[in-house]
Amino acid sequence: MAIRYSLPVFCLAYLAMTGSNHAAGQENLTGKLTLTGSSTIAPLVSDLAKKFEKTHPGVRVDVQTGGSSRGVLDARQGTADIGMVSRALKEDEQDLKSYPIALDGICVIVHSTNPVKELTDSQIVAIYTGRVKNWKDVGGLDKQIMVVNKAEGRSTLELFLHYTKLKLPDIKADVIIGDNEQGIKTVAGNPYSVAYVSIGTAEYNATHGTQIKLLPLHGIQPSMQALIDHKFALSRPLNLVTKTEPTGIAKEFIAFAAAPENDSIVKGQYFVPLAKR
Amino acid sequence: MSLWQKDKAFLFVLSVCASLAGVISIFIFFFLAKESVPAMAGIGLSQFVMDETWFASENQYNVLPLLWGSVLVSVGAVAFATPLGILSGLFCHFYAPSAIAGFYRSMVHLLAGIPSVIFGFWGLVSLVPLVARIHPPGPSLLAGVIVLGIMILPTIMVILDDAIANLSRLYLNSTVALGVSKWGALKGLILPNLRKQVGVSILLGLARSIGETMAILMVCGNVVRFPTSVFNPIRTLTANIALEMPFAMNVHRSALFFTGLIMMVLVAILMSTAQTRTSRQA
Amino acid sequence: MMVSRQVLTRTSRIRASRARLQNRIAAAVIWGGAIFVAALFAWLMADILWHGWREISLAYFTQEPESAGRLGGISSILVSTGLILIVCLVSALPIGLGTAIFLAEYTGPEDTVSRKIRLSLNVLAGTPSIVFGLFGNAFFCKMLGMGFSILSGGLTLACMVLPYFIRIAEESIRSVPQSYRMGAVALGLSKSTQIMRLILPVAVPGILGAIILSVGRSLSETAALIFTSGYVDRMPESLYDSGRSLSVHIYDLSMNVAGGDQRAYSAALVLIVSLILINFITGLIGRAWSRRMISIS
Repeated sequence: MAIRYSLPVFCLAYLAMTGSNHAAGQENLTGKLTLTGSSTIAPLVSDLAKKFEKTHPGVRVDVQTGGSSRGVLDARQGTADIGMVSRALKEDEQDLKSYPIALDGICVIVHSTNPVKELTDSQIVAIYTGRVKNWKDVGGLDKQIMVVNKAEGRSTLELFLHYTKLKLPDIKADVIIGDNEQGIKTVAGNPYSVAYVSIGTAEYNATHGTQIKLLPLHGIQPSMQALIDHKFALSRPLNLVTKTEPTGIAKEFIAFAAAPENDSIVKGQYFVPLAKR
Repeated sequence: MSLWQKDKAFLFVLSVCASLAGVISIFIFFFLAKESVPAMAGIGLSQFVMDETWFASENQYNVLPLLWGSVLVSVGAVAFATPLGILSGLFCHFYAPSAIAGFYRSMVHLLAGIPSVIFGFWGLVSLVPLVARIHPPGPSLLAGVIVLGIMILPTIMVILDDAIANLSRLYLNSTVALGVSKWGALKGLILPNLRKQVGVSILLGLARSIGETMAILMVCGNVVRFPTSVFNPIRTLTANIALEMPFAMNVHRSALFFTGLIMMVLVAILMSTAQTRTSRQA
Repeated sequence: MMVSRQVLTRTSRIRASRARLQNRIAAAVIWGGAIFVAALFAWLMADILWHGWREISLAYFTQEPESAGRLGGISSILVSTGLILIVCLVSALPIGLGTAIFLAEYTGPEDTVSRKIRLSLNVLAGTPSIVFGLFGNAFFCKMLGMGFSILSGGLTLACMVLPYFIRIAEESIRSVPQSYRMGAVALGLSKSTQIMRLILPVAVPGILGAIILSVGRSLSETAALIFTSGYVDRMPESLYDSGRSLSVHIYDLSMNVAGGDQRAYSAALVLIVSLILINFITGLIGRAWSRRMISIS
């Protein structure tokens, strides 16, 4: 009988122990830092977090994804210490404080075999609103265009809408994707598709044999370099946002994330480090 | 402690366990209902069927296209998997040499264990481009039907395999003695008697495929609309939750809980039908 | 075909040849169907094996993921997955076993009580995993304040696997021969002693099978975990930490990480091989049980 009950008792004891550790952790403020939001920024912040934890033993940094809107929401409600938002804050979000940690851009991609060399802004708008349905109307083959759009709540979509001055219901999409890689895979798998994704992701894939092609915008080839030179029109800051002036660990982490010595981590995730500070 | 008291305490512990287990589904149901109250009160039930479409940022919450997407892909998957399940069952019992039948069965068992995210990954990278070559865009109802069909095939086949085993024990010797051809025996005796199990396996297959999320999200294209062909993309109730839950707030979040509630009711209907059918047979 | 040639009339010969033709067509269709299924299966497995095996080494299992999973290994992911499994089993096992004993020993299969409990469990078994995710997120993470944690994920999974576990455990207890119970009654043993000392030990293989099925289910789950145990890919330190499971890792690598495909394949291979191992162990425990599991899952 004693043995039979010892397992659950042990487990309860373990749970209780970890529970009290947890509580103690909060009191001492050795600290747990929670970041939520943009799935574009999450891999970068996860990597930064690991390095931060090494230099700050006793601090735990938790990163959860869910899109920029979630980052704004959680930072505002205090569910997270810091929100991750992969765009500039909107007018109705000015109550939050934002701290850029890197730059990213959005570019239009097509399949690498697509003969189309460039799309003008009005052509992009025409394609995404369904007014142009065939590639031959924009200088391509006589094939129907497959329009790939981002799911709601993603800042890539918001930036794209902002740039094209479209409203979401205007867009006639054939496929709706969640994260960047799904967009890349969808385009690579369909020769007649068009999508817009993060430049870093696209450039990585294009140089690693994925069958996609990055289209220039206003004659500028999208690349990390173009972003660094501020030449590319469709760019965005990757922001960490907080509700109030950050203090303690949060302040330290934000400074750490933007520090020049961590540029290599930013580059490792195919984003552009902030220009000379 | 007397024997009697000990027994009584024992039974008490057991019944506590049983009632706990029994109320979980009811608890989840009421919890979902509670969370969906703001949506029902805020947007009203009529909006869930009268709005133009599902468009959270425009405050449009018509669940019908999503529900229709779920139903179509599940029915399609069952239509794809059931014939293959029947063929597989017949194959293992009457056509394959026993070594091959054994191999085939362990293959299906293995298929049953493969996680849905792996099916989705494979579908996204291998199957969708293939569908795109036949007819663009690729991510489509058809891709979902095939991926889901493969996923539920083991469920269907195992039920039918067992049923065929029972039937062949009952009938087959006598038909062979009567000199009926193999196919004649299958057509005349096995298949007609299989009808009930096919029904049960279809219900369980439906229940399973309605709930599938990740694989569907990865291969179905996720556009909210009523499809006009199998090559059109669709969005299911489940994929919609997975796509929108991370950033949903207030009424929107509550509306997603409401769609979860709808699915639970659907599944409850399917499961209770399957249960009454099984017990009627017994 | 069995009828001897001499008695065949002309018409019956035609009929026989038609039957032969039908027979051949049926055989072709059935073989065709089986080969089609096998080919799909081979395609899927070959794809994963071919892309997955290259990255796998000892270091893959001992290092933590780096650069969002493009580099490094999966050690922390394996630990998180393991902890989620433990939480799930520790909470599902006692309740599940208790319920199974109650259903098998104190109720008949067609009693009202057991029918009601079973229906409730069947509904639970059919509930979409994403709905468990919603529930877990709202109840364990928010209402009970556990946040994104291994604890929330494990408890959500426990709710999910409970019906499967109970179903198989109940059947294995029910299938213990009646003579055991009669013998125990004849010896004047109390009902509880009878169950704990005689019946449960005999039912152990089935109960083990039920545990293994639950483990398999939990390992394959993604949708219920994304909103409960979360996304953090470092080594967890307590059950209150968020931890990324293997299946969530595959999902993130394939959907969100540029150049993550290779590692997604490798992680998929690890997951499939562990499931095969589980399947194999189940096979050792009893073929009948493993078949039963699939048909109700």
